[in-house]
Amino acid sequence: MTDVLTPNAPAATTTATGTARVEVRTGGVWAAVCAVDHLVPGRGVAALLPDGGQIALFLDRTGTVHAIGNRDPFTGAYVLSRGLLGSVDGAPFVASPLLKQRFDLASGHCLDDDTVTVPAYATRVR
Amino acid sequence: MSHSSQPQAKPTIVLVGHGMVGQRFLEALAAEGVTARARVVVLCEEPRPAYDRVQLTSYFSGVTPEQLSMTDEAFLAEHGVELHLGDPAETVDRAARTVTARSGRTFRYDTLVLATGSYPFVPPVPGRDSAGCFVYRTIEDLLAIEEFAKDATSGVVVGGGLLGLEAAGALKGLGVRAHIVEFNARLMALQVDDGGGSALRRKIEDMGLTVHTGVGGKEITANADGAVTGMVLSDGSTLDTDMVIFSAGVRPRDQLARDCGLEVGERGGVVVDARCRTSDPAVYAIGECAKAVDGMVYGLVAPGYEMAEAAAAAIAGTAAGEGFTGADTSTKLKLLGVDVASFGDAHGTAEGCLDVIYADSRAGVYKKLVIAPDGALLGGVLVGDADAYGLLRPLTGSVPPVAPESLVLPAGAGAPAQLGPSALPDDAVVCSCHNVTKGTIRAAVTEHRCGTVPEVKTCTKAGTGCGSCVKVLGQLVDAELTAQGIEVDPGLCACFGQTRQELYEIVLALRLTSFQQLLDGHGRPEARGGEGCEVCKPAVASIIASLAPTIGAGAYVLDGEQAALQDTNDHHLANLQRNGSYSIVPRVPGGEISPEKLIVIGQVARDFGLYTKITGGQRIDLFGARVDQLPQIWARLVDAGFESGHAYGKALRTVKSCVGQTWCRYGVQDSVKMAIDLELRYRGLRAPHKLKSAVSGCQRECAEAQSKDFGVIATAGGWNLYVGGNGGATPRHGDLLAQDLSDAELVRLIDRFLMFYIRTADRLERTSVWLERIEGGLDHVRDVVVHDSLGICAELEAMMAEHVAGYRDEWAETLADPERLRRFVSFVNAPDAPDPSVRFVPERDQNKPDLDILAGPDLPVRTLEGAPLS
Ligand code: SRM
Ligand SMILES: Cc1cc2nc3c(=O)[nH]c(=O)nc-3n(C[C@H](O)[C@H](O)[C@H](O)COP(=O)(O)OP(=O)(O)OC[C@H]3O[C@@H](n4cnc5c(N)ncnc54)[C@H](O)[C@@H]3O)c2cc1C
Ligand code: SF4
Ligand code: FES
Repeated sequence: MTDVLTPNAPAATTTATGTARVEVRTGGVWAAVCAVDHLVPGRGVAALLPDGGQIALFLDRTGTVHAIGNRDPFTGAYVLSRGLLGSVDGAPFVASPLLKQRFDLASGHCLDDDTVTVPAYATRVR
Repeated sequence: MSHSSQPQAKPTIVLVGHGMVGQRFLEALAAEGVTARARVVVLCEEPRPAYDRVQLTSYFSGVTPEQLSMTDEAFLAEHGVELHLGDPAETVDRAARTVTARSGRTFRYDTLVLATGSYPFVPPVPGRDSAGCFVYRTIEDLLAIEEFAKDATSGVVVGGGLLGLEAAGALKGLGVRAHIVEFNARLMALQVDDGGGSALRRKIEDMGLTVHTGVGGKEITANADGAVTGMVLSDGSTLDTDMVIFSAGVRPRDQLARDCGLEVGERGGVVVDARCRTSDPAVYAIGECAKAVDGMVYGLVAPGYEMAEAAAAAIAGTAAGEGFTGADTSTKLKLLGVDVASFGDAHGTAEGCLDVIYADSRAGVYKKLVIAPDGALLGGVLVGDADAYGLLRPLTGSVPPVAPESLVLPAGAGAPAQLGPSALPDDAVVCSCHNVTKGTIRAAVTEHRCGTVPEVKTCTKAGTGCGSCVKVLGQLVDAELTAQGIEVDPGLCACFGQTRQELYEIVLALRLTSFQQLLDGHGRPEARGGEGCEVCKPAVASIIASLAPTIGAGAYVLDGEQAALQDTNDHHLANLQRNGSYSIVPRVPGGEISPEKLIVIGQVARDFGLYTKITGGQRIDLFGARVDQLPQIWARLVDAGFESGHAYGKALRTVKSCVGQTWCRYGVQDSVKMAIDLELRYRGLRAPHKLKSAVSGCQRECAEAQSKDFGVIATAGGWNLYVGGNGGATPRHGDLLAQDLSDAELVRLIDRFLMFYIRTADRLERTSVWLERIEGGLDHVRDVVVHDSLGICAELEAMMAEHVAGYRDEWAETLADPERLRRFVSFVNAPDAPDPSVRFVPERDQNKPDLDILAGPDLPVRTLEGAPLS
């Protein structure tokens, strides 16, 4: 999937190479989720956690992977992975595909309503 | 009121005639507070309350009688106005101060106001009472003309003045071959001079109307049933015709006044003073039935409005100033496709005045300005290009700030900097229909805080009459806002300081196919190197997709980086629903579908448990598919010959059709075939917003084409094209762009229109909003796409040709490529697992989303239906 990186995107970082795997920290342990090349830069995918929970994984243009809960708290639908990735002042966010509220990918805080937060997960690629 | 013989009762004002001026008089009375202390009785001859007669002809482009209405129940009720419809006044007894109506009712008055307007003059030619002879004054006249025209092929309009040309244009729009017979040597003899008359004639003839000047109608021939068969002209020739419309001028309706002994002018008109009082101080006359102190009987609405205000002030006892002493007779022809305007001293009658003339007979343009010896602009005639009318009219009477030649030379012919509305003095009348000055418009913005043209229209009434001042109005509002420092950041979003249109031009000029390149090179400094946002990503994706063949980007909207830019729906080529499932809308071009295909849709829906619904767009929506089911479902659909309907895209949706000529007894063209052709031509075209269309087989308009971005209505002579229609929350009827087009002309014009829209519209700006916003409005768009005023039509057509040639079905392409199919899984790490949160419960024999399962631990703080609860 490296072909999808555009010519002037930063050279693939050491973390995001074809065979590397994405891991998410949940329940105090690192769980392997998928190969990095299953992620499309600038978009998200949904993944199942070992406990049946759903997370949304995003790959930004610097090669960093982010993970938050997949459930959109405003509608209850499990769709955050299908939102559009963006950034404000360098901080990446996802806009819900249903009613467009934005969630900070590092903290899970809703940028349009400070009373709402979704779970955020630590990630690593190895 | 002092004349009242019953001082204890409220004085009574009786108004005879509820036309445009009568209604304005009632509004002025209400504004003066008179309606609160007097009884107001209105006798109205027509079966409906006052309506906008000036816009009468717009009925034929789809404006309904209700939309033309100038008043409503609420106004009448609030001010206690007693309106008697269909009950004209028949006699006035001035000694007893009573008016008797046709119904036999008699009303006592303290003050009587005559606002009876005019009647169309019908020359005394033999045969003028035959079936098929009409006048052109009321809605009822138009309804009768429309009904008769259904069976007519040819019609004659007697009179080549303003109204005659409007009537002839209307006949043509009804699919009737139209002749204009004008006794004078030129058309619009009152308003334009010889040079203007011949330019105008060329324009009118180019539109397919036949003009006969210097001849009159001598006799109307009829068949045994008394129906018109032809007209013999004064030169002995004959015209075969099925109908005749008389539009040979109007005469004031002063019979009532004559009968009760009021003074009337030698050539008609109730004689009034500057307060609009007749020879009886208890009786006023206003509007077209009155002969003003300057000896004129005005046939225009603006002077009538001034008389209405003068009379109301006199009755209220608040009259100040000199009253009504005379008015401007500027006019702009509203006829489709010809620009004609005249204003001020158009014929150059003032002593020592000079003409400045620009003429281009090839282009049918003629412009003349009349200049006084001291350089003041006195008046002028504009034919073929009346763009400058809005500015020149208010300048009349003053010395223009630039040389007169520069006011008539066309752009590009060495004309110096165009004159802007800033050049107008504050007391210049910008809207002559409502007598609104530039100062009043500025005050609307500065003092009344109007921030948009529609707000200024409501606040000042400017622009709500004939509409010819709206362009200048827009420029004034903009200038005023800018002067106040109300600078709206025109940028697309926090990432880009450019508008969508500017980004389009950058992408086109630099042939950029990458969002990151665009962002890093042209974004706001703080956004460079970032991800972009949910606003600019899809907008740029749409620009790149629209321009794909031209800039060399891949035609498939989900290739490479493009995939990351698309809105959620485009990314999965389906529409996301509230529970995370998707709906599927196969294309059904023109709404025509074979039984076999219907069966396939039924089978697919049954096999996957999908909810089916006939949409408002003449096709079928299948709801409730999980993301991982989309490829399987589409494999079946593509196999059966279906393609993506782009219900998810800012792209062409549907071209609806009516059944048309093939089956319908009224149809005059094959509307289904045209709808299918158009839908197949423009399918897949990405645009700033969704695009909808429809084709109706005749004027009855069963396909509702006038509510579409581009709508087509069949005529006997081809197709009429309407643009800028919209349903939704702010419905708008489309504007007629061109008439009687051949198939090829229609397609060429739509090609240009769509590409020009795509090029210049803002993000998520439907054609309706774009048309209202773009400078110059419909006239400008017509200039660009019909007259090629920017010289870009060849380019626009070529771009559309590339789009059409490059179209491929997105679903077929997706299914053919395993790499592309990878995104259609519920979970990246469990491709075969269905999403357990997408569940359904039964309702009316089908499925609906199970929303209970979604109501998890977090209570939703915002619902799909409502605003935030916090
Ligand atoms: C399915 C359908 C309703 C139905 O059951 O009939 C529908 C459904 C939706 N319409 Fe519509 N509209 C549907 C016909 C219409 C029509 C009628 C028509 O096309 O003749 C109109 C009025 C005509 C017009 O657009 O001018 C219409 C005016 C709108 C509007 C208002 C547009 C506007 O300019 O104001 C929206 C909101 C928007 O687009 O911003 C909208 C938006 C929507 C959305 C996309 C709302 C959303 O964002 O989820 C709905 C998505 C349906 C889905 O997920 O599949 N829909 N919508 C119709 C699909 C027609 C089709 O076959 O493609
Ligand atoms: C097709 C067309 C296009 C026009 N375009 C323009 C234009 O672009 N610009 C412009 O300035 N003007 C235009 N005009 C002229 C404009 O419509 C008139 O100047 C305006 O309507 C005059 O208003 P009014 O109230 O005096 O007369 P009207 O609007 O004619 O109203 C008079 C009313 O009185 C009624 N009436 C008559 N006698 C009686 C009675 N005895 N009892 C009760 N009711 C009675 C009539 O039925 C009528 O409804 C146009 C007119 C037409 C027909
Ligand atoms: S629009 Fe005309 S042709 Fe089409 S169905 Fe209606 S009546 Fe028939
Ligand atoms: S001049 Fe007619 S609406 Fe303003």
